[in-house]
Amino acid sequence: MPPVGAVRRPVAQPHDMGEPMPKQPATGPDGARPPARGSGPAGTPAPGPGVPSAGEWAIETRGLTKAYRGGQLAVDGLDLVVPRGSVFGFLGPNGSGKTTTIRMLMGLIDATAGSARVLGQPMPAAGRRVLPKVGALIEGPALYGFLSGRENLRRFDAADPDADPRSRDARVGHALERVGLGAAAGKKARAYSLGMKQRLGLAAALLRPRELLVLDEPTNGLDPQGMREIRALVRELAADGTTVFLSSHLLDEIEQVCTHAAVMARGRLITQGTVADLSSTVLGSRGPGRLTVTTPDPADAVRVLKEHGLTGLQITDDRVTGELPEADDGAGPPELADLNAALVHAGVRVRGFGTERATLEDVFVQLTGEGFDVAG
Amino acid sequence: MSQAEGVLRRPRPLWSLGLLRSEITMTFRRWRTLALLAVLAGVPVLVGIAVKIETGDGGPGGGGGQGGPAFISQVTHNGLFLVFTSLAVTLPFFLPMSIGVIAGDSLAGEAHGGTLRYLLVAPAGRTRLLLVKYATTLTFCLVATLVVALSALVTGALLFPLGEVTLLSGTSISFGEGLLRALAIAVVVALSLIGVAAVGLFISALTSSGIAAMATTVGLLITVQILDTIPQLSAVQPYLFPHYWLSFADLLRDPVYWDQLQKNLGLQALYAAVFGSAAWARFTTRDITA
Ligand SMILES: Nc1ncnc2c1ncn2[C@@H]1O[C@H](COP(=O)(O)OP(=O)(O)OP(=O)(O)O)[C@@H](O)[C@H]1O
Ligand SMILES: [Mg+2]
Repeated sequence: MPPVGAVRRPVAQPHDMGEPMPKQPATGPDGARPPARGSGPAGTPAPGPGVPSAGEWAIETRGLTKAYRGGQLAVDGLDLVVPRGSVFGFLGPNGSGKTTTIRMLMGLIDATAGSARVLGQPMPAAGRRVLPKVGALIEGPALYGFLSGRENLRRFDAADPDADPRSRDARVGHALERVGLGAAAGKKARAYSLGMKQRLGLAAALLRPRELLVLDEPTNGLDPQGMREIRALVRELAADGTTVFLSSHLLDEIEQVCTHAAVMARGRLITQGTVADLSSTVLGSRGPGRLTVTTPDPADAVRVLKEHGLTGLQITDDRVTGELPEADDGAGPPELADLNAALVHAGVRVRGFGTERATLEDVFVQLTGEGFDVAG
Repeated sequence: MSQAEGVLRRPRPLWSLGLLRSEITMTFRRWRTLALLAVLAGVPVLVGIAVKIETGDGGPGGGGGQGGPAFISQVTHNGLFLVFTSLAVTLPFFLPMSIGVIAGDSLAGEAHGGTLRYLLVAPAGRTRLLLVKYATTLTFCLVATLVVALSALVTGALLFPLGEVTLLSGTSISFGEGLLRALAIAVVVALSLIGVAAVGLFISALTSSGIAAMATTVGLLITVQILDTIPQLSAVQPYLFPHYWLSFADLLRDPVYWDQLQKNLGLQALYAAVFGSAAWARFTTRDITA
């Protein structure tokens, strides 16, 4: 972790939002905890209430820890920072503590240790002020089966003491349209399919304009059109300035919509940062990457590539792969165009030439391990 | 959201009542609530018909039911007494049982269905939600009692003559004043249920299973009713919530005996305070994971 002062530095422009984010794993691979910090940023000027402040974090936790009854730590010393305006992907294998974290952020459960701030205010203490500005979908939707979709939304809206009863009908109708449930609004929720329930849960989170949306696996159970629409919706909301914090197992999805991501494993935060930084961090730790050349002259290709310092060269049929060498003076790996030119110059006929890009899936598997079994 | 923003108004304290309204509407629209009320409405009809048949056979008008033979024998002379009889018959079990169902399910049912977490992030506020649930349960107490009383009044008017009311103390009052006393009795009966409602709410705050909370509340009610009849336990009986329930009959005396009525209401208030606080202490600190 960078020093606290750096973390708290106001984020001025959207494009540098990720910059103060820790690029190195928050907890080392050996699980070492970051050193205990002092009393915190006592001198940070707090923006006045109601002032929309770009400098705040939408979510900020310090040493957030939860042990359920039974004692095992479900979340262990979490230091999470979610910049305002970001679309933040919260990743981790099953049972890694994502939902537990979200429950603590929403004040549903008490933290065993540590603290959390949401929209700049302490949770759960400031729940009454914070939560009207937050829309949440937590561990799937929950509905009153004996009420229609529309009545369900009216009920949840009535529970919000800041929601204007005069505009309730209009807002409920608008939310239903937004998730494509306009036609099924009069149906009893008991008769909804899984995806329809999920959509209604999302509609409940969208009943009022929100500053923060917390979505725990929002596309669970949705059809492909539904997923696309949710992605479009998330982008649209983000464009309006809403911070979106979403957990998902669909890494493609995260890669498509998220600007930032964090990875959890066994209750610990492994890393967080911009999606681009995460990919390059992991790529960096693996070396500059692997080059693949497709050619009818593999033997010659191997010879030329070896001369240029590539290691671990392998031939499979007409494909040659090898590790690009580390740059010795920090100037980066050898220019790929030069390599290609060298191959052609040596008479190697090249059909295909390129490096593998690390997908978020690679990053995820690298960070959380290949194992399939859920940690006990 | 633009049209919503166009009419954006500052939140008003009164908006908080929206949840209470939503809760009461929802409760009384539920099939289960209507079934409970239907059963309660059916009891006076059955009692009325039974009395009619029994007296039609020329049998003795008394006997049967711990609910007070004093009332039953009067029913044939005055249909208004069916109100008192029916309340006496339903108060020991039917009424508190239905309160136990509503109160037991109030929080636990929401927890079981997962809707509790969405109410809390809305944010309903734990204290406010608890108050709304208790207020709704008390509303149900009043409605349930009035349903019994009204059903009894209608049945009594159809099956028996109406007229001057002879009080337990022997004096007579007009039918109009009799009706007023009947209303007062219904209110006292409803107030008698405050204690069991608070116990039900407390149990509901402990668990995430609506069925378990309902069963526990009803089971507890039966146990307490049994304990209240065991002579060896006379030392603790004055502290059992049903102990003074039948004191409502004292409203049918001239002058009214206030002693037991006051003890009853005091005991109910004590139960509401103790179990209400316990429910609050539990519910405001509980982890909501369902
Ligand atoms: N109510 C509970 N009581 C006890 N332990 C719990 C409870 N809920 C979760 N846990 C434990 O806490 C850990 C984290 O669970 P959590 O639900 O936060 O995981 P998750 O990251 O959301 O997983 P998934 O991807 O499957 O949704 C797990 O080990 C789980 O067994
Ligand atoms: Mg989860």
